[in-house]
Amino acid sequence: MSNKVTKLDQLEIGDIAKVITIDVSGELRRRLMEMGLTRGTLIEVIGKAPLGDPIEYKFKGYNLSLRKEEANKVVVEH
Amino acid sequence: MSVKTKKVKEMTLDDKRVIEVALAGNPNTGKSTLFNALTGLRQKIGNWPGVTVEKKEGKKRCDGFNLIITDLPGTYSLSAYSLDEKIARSFIIEGKLDVVVQIIDASNLERNLYLTTMLRELGANVVIALNMMDLLEESSSSIDVNKLSKEMGVPVVPMIASSRIGIDDLENTIESIYQKEQKPIRITYSKEIEEVLANVQEILMSIPSIPSDFDSRWLAIQIIQNDPEILTFLKNWNVNKTIIEKLLSFGREDYEAEIIDTKYEFITNVTSKALKRGEEKLTRSDLVDKVVTHKWLGIPIFLIVMWGAFQFVFAISVPFMELIDMLFGWLAGLLVDNINIGWLGSLLGDGIVGGLGAVLIFVPPIFAMFFILSVLEDSGYLARAAFVMDKIMVKFGLHGHSFIPMLLGFGCNVPAIMSTRSLKNNKDRMITILINPFMSCGARMPVFILFAGLFFGAAAGTVIFALYILGIVVAIFTAILLRKTFFKGKSAPFIMELPPYHTPKLRSATVAMWDKGKMYLKKAGTIILIGVMFVWFLAAMPFGGVEYGGPDTWLAAVGTFFEPIFRPLGFDWRIVVALIVGFVAKELVVGALGTIVGGGGSEEGIKDAILADEGFYPLNSLSLMVFTLLYVPCAAVIGVMRKETGSWRWTIFAVVYSTVIAWLFALVVFQLGSLMNLGL
Repeated sequence: MSNKVTKLDQLEIGDIAKVITIDVSGELRRRLMEMGLTRGTLIEVIGKAPLGDPIEYKFKGYNLSLRKEEANKVVVEH
Repeated sequence: MSVKTKKVKEMTLDDKRVIEVALAGNPNTGKSTLFNALTGLRQKIGNWPGVTVEKKEGKKRCDGFNLIITDLPGTYSLSAYSLDEKIARSFIIEGKLDVVVQIIDASNLERNLYLTTMLRELGANVVIALNMMDLLEESSSSIDVNKLSKEMGVPVVPMIASSRIGIDDLENTIESIYQKEQKPIRITYSKEIEEVLANVQEILMSIPSIPSDFDSRWLAIQIIQNDPEILTFLKNWNVNKTIIEKLLSFGREDYEAEIIDTKYEFITNVTSKALKRGEEKLTRSDLVDKVVTHKWLGIPIFLIVMWGAFQFVFAISVPFMELIDMLFGWLAGLLVDNINIGWLGSLLGDGIVGGLGAVLIFVPPIFAMFFILSVLEDSGYLARAAFVMDKIMVKFGLHGHSFIPMLLGFGCNVPAIMSTRSLKNNKDRMITILINPFMSCGARMPVFILFAGLFFGAAAGTVIFALYILGIVVAIFTAILLRKTFFKGKSAPFIMELPPYHTPKLRSATVAMWDKGKMYLKKAGTIILIGVMFVWFLAAMPFGGVEYGGPDTWLAAVGTFFEPIFRPLGFDWRIVVALIVGFVAKELVVGALGTIVGGGGSEEGIKDAILADEGFYPLNSLSLMVFTLLYVPCAAVIGVMRKETGSWRWTIFAVVYSTVIAWLFALVVFQLGSLMNLGL
């Protein structure tokens, strides 16, 4: 980790990053956080769908898919 | 206690103590497996009041006590934003439950405990059923059950629900704690939040009308997070308007994020003591995903799996369907021929037995479809299918989960529409339901085969293929149209768990098949039967002397009445009658034509009669096929649409819209064909 601040959708397959914050308000933020994307969570990019979107991530011991649009709201340190 | 649970209580035969239990848990934790293991097949399936979310209740006789178990919708949280969460939460608040069993996937402890913290803050009496212990061991992780129990303040029962290991333990644990009041968990939030909570609680304490079983700290936590249901609660308790305003003014958006962060910090603290993780590496599931969602292999694999599922459903069900068709045809003929009172024979034979046959013929494909769908879901592949297809579907105004219902529609639209329950966003779901009838179901095939075969010779295959494509194009066009008009907005976010792959269990697939198939039989069956009886009535009236379905019947009169509307499409009254009968079920169209044009009831006889008849020629048979493709598939679809959309308005919209579209397309085909003088 080189401590560069970026968005989750910018990462490559195999990258591991640390969640800083969710850069959106309202229901989307609540849902992302409730699924476990909270401050300090380590997250790994597992793979992308054949057409490049959505993307599969792994964190807190399970796998979750997010569209690029949603992943773009997650600020991470990489 | 709700009226419904009372009914179940009366069903219990003895007067042992009854313990009311709700089963909560995240999706993909084996909740239905546990529910089935606890209750067997003694379940009552219905809907939660006022909504189309399935509600399952069951009971279990244990040694010295009885359990009444309600299966709550699978949720990740209880914040009452989604319908499922609202249902689960209000049932826990209002249900006067004795115990809430939360099933947890042991290999996914951290996220599952989030729901536990919410249940505990709410003050429910919780037992944790720690499921899938076998998978946990495989991943070389381990959980200290005693520590987990101590940290969360609730009993924890390790189990493997699919092998029925730990079920007895769970029952005994429920019995041992059901009268003990667990103290609500207390997570300490930041100093600022605690101060606000104290202020809100002080105000709440001064309101006498708040029922004593509402924990004031829980209420305060909801208020400062702008919980959408709080206002309803406060109004129900007749709280003074200015006080409500004052309370709501404490809500701040930032608090919500902070509260969730703090809950997860609490959980991380618990898991750091109770959970020992194996070395973090890619699991077997991750490796399978690398192949299944691979850039080049992903879509071909998806197509092969779907094709296989489709083949399975129809290969299994076709022989049974033919058998049912034969059996009922034979029985109906027997009754008509052997009962001397003419109308009675016709009522029993053509009406009742024929009607039953029209319902039962759908049973094999529907049961097979629910079976394979459950297998795909349990295996974990269904989530990947949605993952792979999402981007394409979104382009059409749909959602990754819309694909499965569309595919199933090629078989039968009834179960296809029922399978839209996997779409949690109402707009996505409505669009997916409303476009489904354009996916050409198997029942339309006989009409295509008959007319394309008769009039298009070697091009028959191409004509039928083009019809299927037309259906898909109209479906996509309709989806885009609906998304731009009535269901504006983006497709729901695709925040979807990709659960680990499992070997599907035969038992759970069989139970799912039986449960859902039974529901179809009850709901759709009634409507088809009524429709068939209605057509029989029209085809047999007026009493005495008229030939069933002949030119002197009321049915023929109806056909003649509507003929002017259909003349521009090239249809005479006889085709109109066949189409009206097809409104009940497409299976009946060819048979109805046979009755009208004659031909002695056999397929070959009908063909000869149509070829010899001047009322049928290539161009109007083409517009007939187009019309058949696009208008309402059958009465059962109307019934299931009403049930699944919960709205007559949208059901009627779908019926009118598809009929108008069918009429327009058939008109264009017929008029263009006539103008171009193709010689058809």
